[in-house]
Amino acid sequence: MESNGKVLLINHEKCTGCRLCEQVCAVKHDGISNPTRSRIRVMKWEMEGLYIPMSCQQCQDAPCLTGCPVGAIARNETMNRVEVDYDICIGCRTCVSVCPFGAMNYNVIDRKVAKCDLCDGEPQCVRFCEVKAVEYVDGGDVSIEKKRHAALRLSMASKQAAALDEHAV
Amino acid sequence: MALDRKIAYINLTTGDIKVKPIPIEVRKKFLGGRGLDAYLLLNHTEQGCDPIGPDNALIVSGGILTATCASATARTHVMAKSPLTGLLGSCNMGGFFAPEMAWAGFHHLVIKGKAKKPVYIYIHNGEIEIRDAANLWGKTVTDTQWAIREELDDEEVKSLVIGPAGENLVAFANVMTGIKNAGGRTGMGCVLGSKNLKAIACRGTMDIKIAHPVEALEYNKRFIDQITGAKVSQTQGTLGTPFIWGATNSWGGVRTENFRYNQLEYADDIEPERIDEIATETMGPYHMAGCYGCQVHCRAQYKIPSGKYKGKYDEGPEYTSQGAFGGEVGCRSAETVLAGNHLVDQFGMDNLETGSMIAWAMEMYEEGIITPEQTDGIDLRFGNDEAVLEMIERICYRKGWLGDVLAKGGIPASEDVGKNSFDYLIQVKGMANLHSDERATPGLALNIATSSRGSDHLRSRPAIDLYHLPEKVLRKIYSTPVPYDGPLSSEHTEYIGKPWQVFWQENCYMAVDSLGICKYHTTFLGATLPNFEDWPTVLYYNTGLEFTPEEIWQIARRNNMLERLFNLREGLTRNDPKKGDVLNHRYHDEPCKRGAIDVIGRYIDKEKFDVMVDEFYEHKGLDKNGIPKKKTLIELGLENEPSHML
Repeated sequence: MESNGKVLLINHEKCTGCRLCEQVCAVKHDGISNPTRSRIRVMKWEMEGLYIPMSCQQCQDAPCLTGCPVGAIARNETMNRVEVDYDICIGCRTCVSVCPFGAMNYNVIDRKVAKCDLCDGEPQCVRFCEVKAVEYVDGGDVSIEKKRHAALRLSMASKQAAALDEHAV
Repeated sequence: MALDRKIAYINLTTGDIKVKPIPIEVRKKFLGGRGLDAYLLLNHTEQGCDPIGPDNALIVSGGILTATCASATARTHVMAKSPLTGLLGSCNMGGFFAPEMAWAGFHHLVIKGKAKKPVYIYIHNGEIEIRDAANLWGKTVTDTQWAIREELDDEEVKSLVIGPAGENLVAFANVMTGIKNAGGRTGMGCVLGSKNLKAIACRGTMDIKIAHPVEALEYNKRFIDQITGAKVSQTQGTLGTPFIWGATNSWGGVRTENFRYNQLEYADDIEPERIDEIATETMGPYHMAGCYGCQVHCRAQYKIPSGKYKGKYDEGPEYTSQGAFGGEVGCRSAETVLAGNHLVDQFGMDNLETGSMIAWAMEMYEEGIITPEQTDGIDLRFGNDEAVLEMIERICYRKGWLGDVLAKGGIPASEDVGKNSFDYLIQVKGMANLHSDERATPGLALNIATSSRGSDHLRSRPAIDLYHLPEKVLRKIYSTPVPYDGPLSSEHTEYIGKPWQVFWQENCYMAVDSLGICKYHTTFLGATLPNFEDWPTVLYYNTGLEFTPEEIWQIARRNNMLERLFNLREGLTRNDPKKGDVLNHRYHDEPCKRGAIDVIGRYIDKEKFDVMVDEFYEHKGLDKNGIPKKKTLIELGLENEPSHML
């Protein structure tokens, strides 16, 4: 298989907080509806209307990988993901404690860690998210949209500053 | 499995808690949710029980599909004898509560008795605790929820709560979860208050195994695509339900100034587009929020842009708030609609009933039946924005003579106000009508008159009647899953065929309420959305239970009949103006004064209306008095109720 440069891109502003991503993730991986099993979780601050889906960033220099005492976590370059080898994993949860995003899951039902595996190239969270708060995009383009928005904001800010200057007495 | 979720019986007087499984034969007979609630209510209350006494049973539930891999199974149902109507109390809400209760191990709770002091119930992975709520009493809806999370040190706890209105036994206090998901109607919050029960908190991490997960996931995708592909869902997902108010107002289908008119003129500031503009200005371009697992995301987030409550965050407003704090009270300000919506959300009070009560009092005031002394000098004329907001607070805290009187609900309030005030009350079975005006739509009028919980659009409204669909299309919808070859008309001003449509919708809505699915995912506003033909597949993939569309139809009929039996037991008689299947006389006596050419001048012809009721009874298997025939009860397997299976 060719190297897959695609990454999960989360735009939390678009998230409606419905948590369908959690439902389909758990059903896809475990055949069970239970958000505790989901690899993606929506964090909420209800009084601010703020909903932020959190999932594995598949870090290049992944703390979970570096921290694993038995070498159970490896980078799969083909899938562009970090993955756990359950034959080696001893369930010590070091990865859970070192992940800066809280993206390494642990569920007490199976007593196993679990993380996003990008559904082997067809992430269900993306497939079901109609508002596109979670997208699966080419890694090279990840920041281009953000650049465009930031550029626009800068341009508007400078225009506004110029307009203020004109009217300044 | 969804099927291993349990039922808990909680007695707040004794502290006794019993947990039982829900047998498969019960599932096959009633499914779950609202349908099974109706069975439990009929079985766990005695005739004539006091709605705010310890013997009333408060039933809280999710549907059989709640939190499975089916779309939009967020709905929570709450049932009890209603303190507002003395008949069936029943409300249904979105949000995240029922799924959390399912992950905590339960589908149904039956709560009886009365706690000595304020308590809340905490349900966690199969365990149930009754905890002290002294610190929560007096708190608003959101403060209560956050305080529970703080006490339990868990941000994921979901709670169903009452606000101050429920504590103060306002007859139309609601139960709420989240910021604005409200079980609004029939005063279920008042029942919680009467039991000293401030909240039910849930937290669960128990598996719900999906019977056929691969197929369930794929079918869910198909289902969702069908729903989000409908134009009506897309509009809801952009403008929320306010779009409905905008559309019906422009046509002349909303009641304004209590019932004087059927259209609010110069309403630009509360049109859906303006509400959307405010949401965009205060919360950004992506301001829509969804309930659990739902891709319709029909509620907006907003902050109040100006005035006394400037900067306060809330969600909505639903079209009911546009009606309640706009048209009905003759106000035209977005600020009033948004502030009114915020106040009822925080107080835990039904917006529909609140707006209706104030609008009714305003008409009384303008007619001189309520005096300035009785209002403590508040100038209660239509269009007085400040007075509306003041009255909301007065009702919640039962302040002043009028605040206290209105808090009792329509019929008791009319007895206190006296004179001919009852004639002005736009209600059925003691519950106020929403803001809509059904004089030009006999089908919709029949719906509100015969709805099981009083005047209401969510029990049997044939809303697609307004779309003028070709008769062929109508017949296809209304002939599934059981054949119908009687008359049908695409004309909304007609009387023929409407009883069948209302009967069909009644069964359709009961089915979704028993499954635990939202009505926006069935034939309510969209003619192309899933219904009887689709549900067996969803049920099979998620639970493994096999049903035919006809069987689901039959269950829905059975569940509706349970509600009818409860109402009959508690005193419903066909022509009783306070407890019957009748409309306020104004529907028959006052023609519409405004609106489009097919609305203006319309009224409901009493004789034709009575014929519709006869025909509707016939479809349901009732006699001319609205009482079920013996053979109907046998056909539905209800001849031995109450049967105490559960």
